[in-house]
Amino acid sequence: MSLTTLPVNSATSGLGRISQLLRVPTSWVRGAAGFAVLFAAAEVFTRAELVTPSYLPRASSILAETANLVTTGSFWSATQATMKAWLLGMLVATAIAVPLGMLLGLNTLAHTAANMVIELFRPIPSVALIPIGILQFGRGIDLKIALIAYACLWPILFNTIHGVHAVDSIRVDSAKVFGLSRRQRITGVYLPSSAPFIFTGLKIASSVALILAVSVEIVAGGREGLGILLEGARQLGELKLSYAVIIMLGVIGVVLQAVFEFVERRAFGWTKFSGGDS
Amino acid sequence: MSEPTFGNLAWIRIAVLSGLFAVWGLASSAVDKVHFPGPITVMKVVWSDWIMDASATWSDALAPSLFRLILGFALASLGALGLGVAIGRSRTLGDYTEPIIHFVRAIPPPALLPLFIVLFGIGDLQKIVLISIGVFPPILLNTIDGVRSVDPLLLDTAASFRVSRARRIYQVVIPAAAPKIFAGLRIAIAIAVILMVISELVAATNGLGFRIVRSSRQFKYVDVWAGIVVLGVLGSVLNGILGAVERRVLGWNSL
Repeated sequence: MSLTTLPVNSATSGLGRISQLLRVPTSWVRGAAGFAVLFAAAEVFTRAELVTPSYLPRASSILAETANLVTTGSFWSATQATMKAWLLGMLVATAIAVPLGMLLGLNTLAHTAANMVIELFRPIPSVALIPIGILQFGRGIDLKIALIAYACLWPILFNTIHGVHAVDSIRVDSAKVFGLSRRQRITGVYLPSSAPFIFTGLKIASSVALILAVSVEIVAGGREGLGILLEGARQLGELKLSYAVIIMLGVIGVVLQAVFEFVERRAFGWTKFSGGDS
Repeated sequence: MSEPTFGNLAWIRIAVLSGLFAVWGLASSAVDKVHFPGPITVMKVVWSDWIMDASATWSDALAPSLFRLILGFALASLGALGLGVAIGRSRTLGDYTEPIIHFVRAIPPPALLPLFIVLFGIGDLQKIVLISIGVFPPILLNTIDGVRSVDPLLLDTAASFRVSRARRIYQVVIPAAAPKIFAGLRIAIAIAVILMVISELVAATNGLGFRIVRSSRQFKYVDVWAGIVVLGVLGSVLNGILGAVERRVLGWNSL
């Protein structure tokens, strides 16, 4: 057997040739092939009608429904409503969590005290607060923003504290030697040094925020949103629409993650660590 | 940054907790007491309705909720562990499947709830399926990550000592991947509790979430707050159990 026919050399396999022709990595072609196989298997399975087609429509008809969905105005206004809550909730959470995280990261006594409060609040599942939240905020966007902000507070807060603790003490000491005030040290040293950690917190929070937005819409109802579209599809028994909305939510989630990862590479590519934790 | 220690930590703890309760009490008397009752009122209900009436608490709320949570979590963990080892060991298999896994992970799991209510009804099956599917991706992705990070030297050593494939997986790969797997389980347990609660809030006949939503529909807001406190305690206990298991299993790996 000559070396070029070894299966290890992917360039000689069918997919390898495609990847060479398209000038893309083999893993991309394989990923696309994975989706194609999944779709073909789903199509065969759904055509066999082992499950009633009203429950499990043909894979191709679900894709057609998804393509149709993205041309409707109701889908885009629902997406807008959900994503507006996502954005505002994230902003509120960031505005609270970053300064608070700086304070708690820099002050050990405050940190020790706050830890106890945090350990009391963090285990409460945010969705359990929806029935109480309705009383305070009604069933509209305010409720979504409040719950998203509450749930996103934790990952951003922990990563900010973590980032402050990870700041190189030589940088801080140098800043002190050069006579920077405490405020200048925070904006000039602590904030930029912990930015990659804060960003990791934001990335985790972005998927938490999407989960909360859809959860609140499903539980509390309201006028507009993707969760409300899903509840409507359930009540009308239009399962094809349910599948289509779920697929589009996956697309939105993937796009959000991709955007965050792109910004992360661009802005913080210089850091060795892409650290942080939830 | 050096961390000064506080000899009087217990005092800080007591001070913080009493401060928190004082703020809660003052806030509730400043705003509306019906919607936002004070800590003493809520704790009285936790005591009388949840602790003193333990048999009803167990059969009505805790047992059904824990059954769904644990079964859903366990099924997903076993499946994701097996699949994760397979995908983590084969770069090719990873290339084919990972984009699909990332796509499934990107779907917010509660979005599946309305669909699953139609497909599986409002009973245990729907909730167990929802929890399993929701917690599957984080466990799977962490297992893959953990298996890939296994030191090749360990595997080569085991292979050259003619350790069988199965034993290499059980005695080399899984232990070395365990810290990452536990990180996945930690994320998963939080998601599992959220899915348990939301599925019980929307449609159920028992469980912790159902008790909260029933109290809310009957305008018994003190009971709703009591239910939230109980859920918080449950979350802490579950985290504590997972932490204890982790320390036991990973004791050798003292990080």
